[in-house]
Formats: sequence, C-alpha cells, structure tokens
Amino acid sequence: MRITDLTYRFPGAARPALEAVSLTIEPGEFVVVAGLSGSGKSTLLCAVSGLVPHFHGGTFAGSVAVAGRDTREHGPGELAASVGSLFQDPETQVVLGTPRAELAFAAENRGWSAPEVARAVEETALALAIDGLLDRPVEELSGGELQRVALGATLSARPALVCLDEPTSQLDPVAGDELIGLLRRLNEDGDTAVLLAEHRLERCLGAADRVLALAGGRLAFDGPPADFLAWALTAAPSLVPPGAALLAGLGLAPAAGVKRARAALRAARLAPATGASALGRGAEADARGELGRWDAILPRRRGGRCASQAALELRGVWHEIAGGAAILRGVDLRLRAGERVALMGRNGAGKSTLLRHAAGLMAPTRGRVQAAGRVALLLQHPGDYLVHETVGEEAGERALATVGLGQLAGRHPRDLSGGERQRLALAIVLGEPDGAAPAAVVCLDEPTRGMDRAAKDALARLLDGLPAAVLVATHDPEFAAAFAQRVVLLADGRVIADGATAEVLCGGTYFATETARILGGAGGALLPADGVALLGREPAGLRA
Amino acid sequence: MIYRRRASPLHAARAAVAIAWCAALGVASMLESNPVLLGATAVTVLGAAALAGVGRELRRSLRWSVPLWLGIALVNALVTRNGLTVIWRFGDLPLLGQTNVTLEATVYGALLGLRAVVLIQIGTLYSVAVDPDAVLRLFRGLSFRSALSATIATRMVPVLVRDSRRLAEAQRCRPGDPPGRAQLLRATTASVIDRALDVAATLEVRGYGAARRAPRRRDSIWERGWSRHDLAFLASAGGLLVIVLAARLGGWDAFTAYPLLRAPAGARTLGAAGALLLVALLPFLDRRGIEA
Repeated sequence: MRITDLTYRFPGAARPALEAVSLTIEPGEFVVVAGLSGSGKSTLLCAVSGLVPHFHGGTFAGSVAVAGRDTREHGPGELAASVGSLFQDPETQVVLGTPRAELAFAAENRGWSAPEVARAVEETALALAIDGLLDRPVEELSGGELQRVALGATLSARPALVCLDEPTSQLDPVAGDELIGLLRRLNEDGDTAVLLAEHRLERCLGAADRVLALAGGRLAFDGPPADFLAWALTAAPSLVPPGAALLAGLGLAPAAGVKRARAALRAARLAPATGASALGRGAEADARGELGRWDAILPRRRGGRCASQAALELRGVWHEIAGGAAILRGVDLRLRAGERVALMGRNGAGKSTLLRHAAGLMAPTRGRVQAAGRVALLLQHPGDYLVHETVGEEAGERALATVGLGQLAGRHPRDLSGGERQRLALAIVLGEPDGAAPAAVVCLDEPTRGMDRAAKDALARLLDGLPAAVLVATHDPEFAAAFAQRVVLLADGRVIADGATAEVLCGGTYFATETARILGGAGGALLPADGVALLGREPAGLRA
Repeated sequence: MIYRRRASPLHAARAAVAIAWCAALGVASMLESNPVLLGATAVTVLGAAALAGVGRELRRSLRWSVPLWLGIALVNALVTRNGLTVIWRFGDLPLLGQTNVTLEATVYGALLGLRAVVLIQIGTLYSVAVDPDAVLRLFRGLSFRSALSATIATRMVPVLVRDSRRLAEAQRCRPGDPPGRAQLLRATTASVIDRALDVAATLEVRGYGAARRAPRRRDSIWERGWSRHDLAFLASAGGLLVIVLAARLGGWDAFTAYPLLRAPAGARTLGAAGALLLVALLPFLDRRGIEA
C-alpha cells in the first residue's frame, strides 16, 4: 500500500483531515497508528479502504494505491479483495443473521466457489475460536463475540491488508488482549499486513513492527516502536504509554511492552525495596514537589474525600430475566458520600445492569437499592442524550460551567468532539433544573471509550471535582487507577473482589495497570509516578 | 420480532418451501371471502405459530393488529351506505352527513379487518420462522442486490429497536421535564441515519458494491436433497391451494354482504374449513429429525 502526498478535506470542513501524508506499508508489516482524537487516524484508514473519497465525498488530492490499484479509480467494493476493514462498533458491522453467513459474505462477494467459501469460513472460525458460535443468531452474541465475528468477516476473504479502527475500544481487557494476540498471530502466520489505529498503545505497541503518529492530519512520526517512544516523550507526551513513562521517569530508555520494560529494569538493577509502599513514597515525593514537573507523562492518582455516611447502598440485589439467566446475583455494594469507585469486569459481567439498578432504571427482582439522593447516570452512548439544537438548551449554565463547556453554549451538540459530547451528556445528567436536588451519586458507564489520554485525564480531573459519590463502570485499568479509591470487580453477576484500588489492580494480568504488571504488583504501584517513587529514583533522567 | 432458529418442522424446512407454504396461506386469506373459511385460516395461522414455537411473537403482533381490525370495521360501518338492516341511527354527523350504521356494513368491515389481521399474522410468521440468510441465498441468483437490501432492512430492525430503547433510557436519566416529541423524533431520525450509514460503509468494505452473481452453493434447492419436512410442507402448500380453488369453484366459500348478508355455512363449507386446518397443520406433527 502506497500513499503519496495525500491531502483530504471532508465536505464542508474548514481544514483538511489529512495533509500531505506519504507512506508505504510492505506486505506482512504490523503497523500501529497513534494520535490524539481528531488527528486523522480514522480518515487515514478510510482512505486506504477507499471509503474516502468514494463513500464520504470531499476534496481529495494525491494518491493511494492498494495492491497496485489506485483508490481514485477503484471503489471500496473492488478494493475489498485486497483490504479488509474493521471499525469500532461491532453492532453495525455484522449485517447477516448468523456468524456463518457473515463469514461467508465477503468471500461470496469475491465470487469464490462454494467449497472455497466453506473452507474459508471453517478456517477463519477455527483461527478466531468462534467455531462454536457459527450458527447462533447474532442477536445472542456479546460485544466481544460480535467483534470477533466482525473480525472474522474481515479476514475470511484473506485480504493482504487489514485496517482496524480501535477494535478493542468496546472490549474488556481480556478480550482486548486476546484480539491483539490474534492479530499478531494472523500477521505472523498468514503474512497479513495490519494497520491498527488505537488509543491504548500499551496494548499493541509490543506487537508492532512500526508506528505512525498523526498530529493535526499530518504524519508526525514514522518508525519503529522504540524510536516512537523516544520521540513521543518530548514531542507528544500524551501518547507515551504508562510502561514507557515509568522507564523514562527512572531515566531509562523507554521500551514497548511489559516484557521489554521488565528487562530494562533488570538491566538497570532497579527493584522495589522490600516492604516499600508506592503510595507512601509517592505521596512524599509529591509533597516535595518532585513529580510536578513530569505531569505531562506521569499521570498521577487523584485523591478523593469521602464521608462515613452511605450515598448508595445495594443489598442482596438480584436481577433475573424471566425464563433466562440471572444478570446480578445478590450484589452487596455500599458507596460513601464523596467516594470514587471503579466497577470492573468482563463484557456481560453485569456492570451496566448494576448501574441501571443504582439509578432506578431497573427494579431488582430481589434485594434493595437505597440512595441518599438523586442518582445521575451517564450511559455508554453520550449522543443518546443530545436532542436539542444548541448546547445551551441541553443543560443549564451552572452544569455547563462545571464540565467546562460554558463557552460552547451556542454550538450544535452534534458538532462537538467525542470528549466534549461526553462532558455535555454529563452536564445533562448532573443538571440541576429548578427545584431538582444536586445528584448524591454520579454513575458513568464506560465513559472513556474511544477517548485519548488527554481526554481521559480531563475526565478524571472533572470527576475529582464533583462533590457527589462517583461510580464508574470501566474496562480501562489505567483510568480506574487514576481516578478511583476503590475497585469492585464483578464476574457473572457477583462481586468477586472489592477493595482499595492498589489492592485489586496489583498483581493481576488483565485487570491490572501496565505499571503494576511491569513491577509485578510490588508496593501497590499502579501508575508510572507510583513506580518512579517506589523505585527510589527522582525523575532526573527525563528530558523536559 | 426477529428470526431465531427453533426446533420446529417449519424452521427445519428449507426457505423456498417455507416461503411457498406461507404464500399459500396468504393466497387463501386473499381469495376466501366466507367468514367460516377466513376464520379457519386465522386459526390455522395461530395454530401454526404455536406449533412452530413462535406463538409469543404472534401474540405481540396481535396487540397492535387487533386495534387495526377494529378501526377498519368502524370506518367501514360509518362510511358505507350499503346494507338494509339498520342497527344504529346517528342522524346528521359533521363531514359524514346522514349516518345509519347497517349490520351488513359492520360485518363486511369486520371481515375486511380480519383479512388484514390474518395477512399481518402470516407476515409475522414468515419473519420469525424463515431464515432471512437462506432467503438471501435463494433470491440473489435472480436479483442479488434487491435480495440483500431486503435482508439488511430486516437486520436493521432489531438494531434500531435497541437504539430506540437506549434513547428512551437516556431520556429517563435526564432530570427535570422530558424533551418534547418533536425533539425526540429528530434525535431518533439522526440516529437512524447514522446507523444506516454505518451499515452501508460495512457493506462497501465487504465487497457488496463489487459483487456480481453469487456462487452456486451445495445447499441450493436442487443439490441438497429434499427432507421429509420439505416434502410435507410442499404438499401442504399444494393442498391448501387445491382446497381454496375447489371452494371457490364449487361455490362453498360464497359470501354476499349487500344488500343482505348471505354466508352459507353448510357441510361443504365446514368441510373445506376443516380440511384447510388439517392440511396446513399436519406437517407440524412430524417432529423427527429437527433441531434448534
């Protein structure tokens, strides 16, 4: 695939989404595309698949050639023989009734014979471990299963290049890691080139051969992962993954992936002191002002103040579906006023259902829910809240000011960026219209989906400033570590762990931060700043 | 209301046969005018739904089709001037003028409404008992894109139902007064357009736009062989058509609404109704070799 001097502007857009981009992807390469929201990652992928310009229109200059075909002359349908594309939302990417029909669809469109189609379906299903799902109705599949089916549909016709736009954004950490592992295996076994746009770089940098970084639609970096990390430390700190930030904070060369980071620590003879506590040392270092200079790359734990009285209490809550399984099985949960709690667990563990019970959208089939006041709930799709013509009509002045959108009151809600929409939806549920009491509890369901790190940090700061108790269902251990005082882990509708953030998110494999994985859970260190403090070095080796 | 594979003979029959059987029921409901035969067709459809394990879906569709039935009956009774047996005199009404409701117009309206309900029920039965993917495979040899468009439209229904549920939930989370209907309609429309664009983009990148004639599959109608359920439902469809034609030609389904009601319900009419019920439901008795 070769892109030559590509500049593209969406219809009616003030500035180009891509500007003077030139690059080449060789067969079998695993390339990660990094960049903040709005940097042009998705547009780049659309240009490779031919959706830009054929589907979206707009102004297109330069050229994109995929397998020798110029995308200006060949539309996405023709390019599909060489490029497979997978987008964020699996629900709209599965268009037929069963996974078997879905996997066969792309191969049939290429005009393959029936035995070839059947073999492609069988082999793809086996490779992705979805052979047991082939004849199930797609409506019965979980988000993770649907995403696997969509990936299978992308791969079944054996494209030479696969473009994936944040395919793990809706998956739990286990399914997300499995998907990246599958991609790596397919890349190695089948010589399929992979072009993967992802915000959570810590998940995929270890598997990548090369990284492209986009900024404002321009290609800002193109090189191997290690060089990318060195570049990002100074040029784009918010793209630095936690493991690399930890190493940089210790004055070591950044490395991609947990394994390499551990090796770097061993080589530097850095190990946590016995019995040391990251929290204690981090607090001391912070008090001395030693970490403040490195805020850009060392996200730090946010505090929280909580009182002893309960803001929300669930006692023995069951949610059973008539003629179906139980979604919640006797959940006991107590949130104190002002407390920040992260709710984690696999897709389908019952997190969203629990939040709906907390907010009174659902009634328990057994058990009781009590709240000290109004419970505000922000569901997964912020766009669902936006029904008015201007931001100012959606929420009151005070609520908009709280979320930092006071100056955008005259804008149309659908013109806002993803992060701004999220904040506007939060303002709507927090809103204190005449006579309504302020929320005693704020619940958020997967608020960081598709957010870059800068937006996540902004959200963590915003939540930190709320007086209410906050309960956030999230798949993002880094976000949970940054914002929560306590983590509740759900599995199969039951609370299987409930404790301090450091206690729950240390020492695990999936439900653990990258820092904790690198340090093996030592000292309760969850974030790079904790690790730097724990290992007893000042961040002197870091270039400002 | 979406297709879900169930352990029933109708689900086990191939799509072409299931379509033919549903179509035969549709033809019966369209051609029959005698209330006894039309009633028998209605009972047949409900019985078939129960035996196919989709009774709940049909009951759900009855919830909104029965009001439609009553509406048709009411409108026909109020606007039709035919019939000699006046059962209610409204006198002069605005727009309608002199309005006398006759027994004949009321019964005829009720029959029209019943026919509409039966057709809706047959459509529902088809939607929940015939695999849309198999229908796509069946018809794409003739018109690939039209078949796919129809299948995608079916697939969009549950997606949009879920979207509308989500939107309603989000609005319940708003403190204060809920937004107006016009605002919600606008938001829903925007959401539908977004969804449709997403699905269209997916189809493009899967090669739909470049697809030509679909490959001939091993499970095509002539190559897979006929199962006992295929044969039973095909025979049933043929039998239904024979009964309907015989009733029509033999005058057993005679029905006249105006000026006076005349609906013979003699032995032949009742026999035809019974035969219709029996022939349509017999294939459901053989439950060998079916699986969900």
